[in-house]
Amino acid sequence: MTRSGAVAELRYFGLTLRQWIILGAIVGLVLLLVMPFLLRNYRVFQINLAMVYAIAILGLNMLTGYNGQISLGHGAFYAIGGYTAAILMHRYGVPYWATLPVAGFVCLVAGFLFGLPALRLQGHYLALATFALALATPQILKYKHFEEFTGGVQGIVLDKPEPPFEFSFLGQALSQDRWLYFFTLLVAAIMFLLAWNILRGRIGRAMIAIRDQPIAAAAMGVNLAMVKSLTFGVSAMYTGVAGALGAIVVAFVAPDSFNIFLSITILVGAVVGGLASIPAAIFGAIFIQYVPNIADQISKSAPWAVYGVFLIGLMYLMPTGVMGLLRLVGARLRKYAE
Amino acid sequence: MNPGVDPETLLSVRGISVRFGGIVALDSVSFDVPRGRICGLIGPNGAGKTTLFNCLSRLYDYQEGDILFEGRSITRVPVHEIAGLGMGRTFQNLALFRTMSVTRNIMLGTHCRTRGGFLANALRLPLVRAEEERAGRRAGELIEYLRLGAVRDTPVGELPFGTQKRVELARALAAEPKLLLLDEPAAGLNHEELGDLGTLIRDICDRFAITVLLVEHHMSLVMSVSDRIVALNFGRKIADGTPAEVQNDPEVIRAYLGTGE
Ligand SMILES: Nc1ncnc2c1ncn2[C@@H]1O[C@H](COP(=O)(O)OP(=O)(O)OP(=O)(O)O)[C@@H](O)[C@H]1O
Ligand SMILES: [Mg+2]
Repeated sequence: MTRSGAVAELRYFGLTLRQWIILGAIVGLVLLLVMPFLLRNYRVFQINLAMVYAIAILGLNMLTGYNGQISLGHGAFYAIGGYTAAILMHRYGVPYWATLPVAGFVCLVAGFLFGLPALRLQGHYLALATFALALATPQILKYKHFEEFTGGVQGIVLDKPEPPFEFSFLGQALSQDRWLYFFTLLVAAIMFLLAWNILRGRIGRAMIAIRDQPIAAAAMGVNLAMVKSLTFGVSAMYTGVAGALGAIVVAFVAPDSFNIFLSITILVGAVVGGLASIPAAIFGAIFIQYVPNIADQISKSAPWAVYGVFLIGLMYLMPTGVMGLLRLVGARLRKYAE
Repeated sequence: MNPGVDPETLLSVRGISVRFGGIVALDSVSFDVPRGRICGLIGPNGAGKTTLFNCLSRLYDYQEGDILFEGRSITRVPVHEIAGLGMGRTFQNLALFRTMSVTRNIMLGTHCRTRGGFLANALRLPLVRAEEERAGRRAGELIEYLRLGAVRDTPVGELPFGTQKRVELARALAAEPKLLLLDEPAAGLNHEELGDLGTLIRDICDRFAITVLLVEHHMSLVMSVSDRIVALNFGRKIADGTPAEVQNDPEVIRAYLGTGE
């Protein structure tokens, strides 16, 4: 018997660890399905945005957390995804759900192409190059000759998609936001599953190997240029899909919502949640979605100062992110159980 | 096929020269490594042994000469294809993926023997499942062979030096190499581990039919385990022969006593 086998046989309040996990998963799933009907529309809208951010953060985490390439410019891919979706829906009448794969593909190509020259850049230099990308984005979106497509400074106003059927539960109708909740949840679930598949296998190992020890990775047969630029592409694809989904959820895109601040916010989410972890993206998303609101409630005059204090406090208490802390607690509990 | 290549010769180093600025790290070095043998590569510090390994791995470019592996030149082969050709190695100062577990480090060794890319992995296609299973099984066998069972899930960075060296060896073996380059595997090992290492290298050669090129400062180990020995000094080959011949070579003795040049 291995040690972990022995632990699994231990019973906590009559159930084995495995049974507890299954029970927790069922309760969690039911809660996820019922939740939008327990909340007001505006709250549901906020959750939708948080899920969108989680996808974007997951994308950046693949690049920065797993592969060790820093990006201060992922807001640009979020913008490309958002505008792709908005233009397709607004100008060409493409159904909202069909814009996601297109936006993802456009960003995959854009990220791959950006990743190729970025191969020559490392550390701070890559940070600066991606920073430049983020700086340029709002201005390119406002550029006169693109105005016909982008709507210039005004941006593009969209209609929120209608739910495909009428439904109500607990006296609450399936509103547009509630419908989008389920749609976003489904997309997020698929994106997380694909990411988990990529990261747990051969490609995920190669990504981490490049981050930890690039020379040995190459000597073991990893094609650094290929894996790094494709990781850049896939990372941009994730963030682009998030951007498209964000455009649908908010029903609006405008150049100034895709400024450098967005790029930094995504990076904050990735670091706060914890680098090189998949579920961490959820914690990071919750932070960037809710902490600014909380800060605003605490101090109307200096919300960003409060946000800053939260950020510093969090990094001080959890230097490896929320996920790092959870892992530590988990390890302690396991030791305790033995 | 190049003329004059004996099929029994696995590796043929032909007139390799490497210069770093003013330093001549390798000066027209030539030697052959026969298949299925253990070949020692010795020389004082700075002789150019690691530089030669890095040329074989294509991590360094050489200004002159050619390297033939199984009769084919590798001069134009990119770094990441070397492992696939069948050349594996360990590093003098360890080059492990520190945050990854022992198992995952060893599984990475199978990278050059598997093909599943981004899309196949994302969709977890049957090809990927089969490859992952094979890689996991291979890692399990090597973990057993090198007695790493107790630490299989531990991040490599947390392990003692001697254990890390075994993990690196396992990672190299996972790639199913024909030629294994070992750069000072005995460094930092205690007396007992040293004795085991000689037996282990011999066993790797016999059991897996792997040819070994061994860089080592521990003379008793190289002399006892090697079939042939090449000696370098200041980037030049100074001797090439059986352990007995090399041990008694006046130039080798002079190089090690430090009275030469
Ligand atoms: N990347 C490099 N840049 C500049 N000089 C180098 C480089 N690599 C090696 N050298 C030089 O080449 C010479 C040979 O070094 P090398 O590391 O090959 O020696 P070695 O035989 O492996 O020595 P040791 O037994 O100490 O490991 C040394 O003078 C070293 O300083
Ligand atoms: Mg050396």
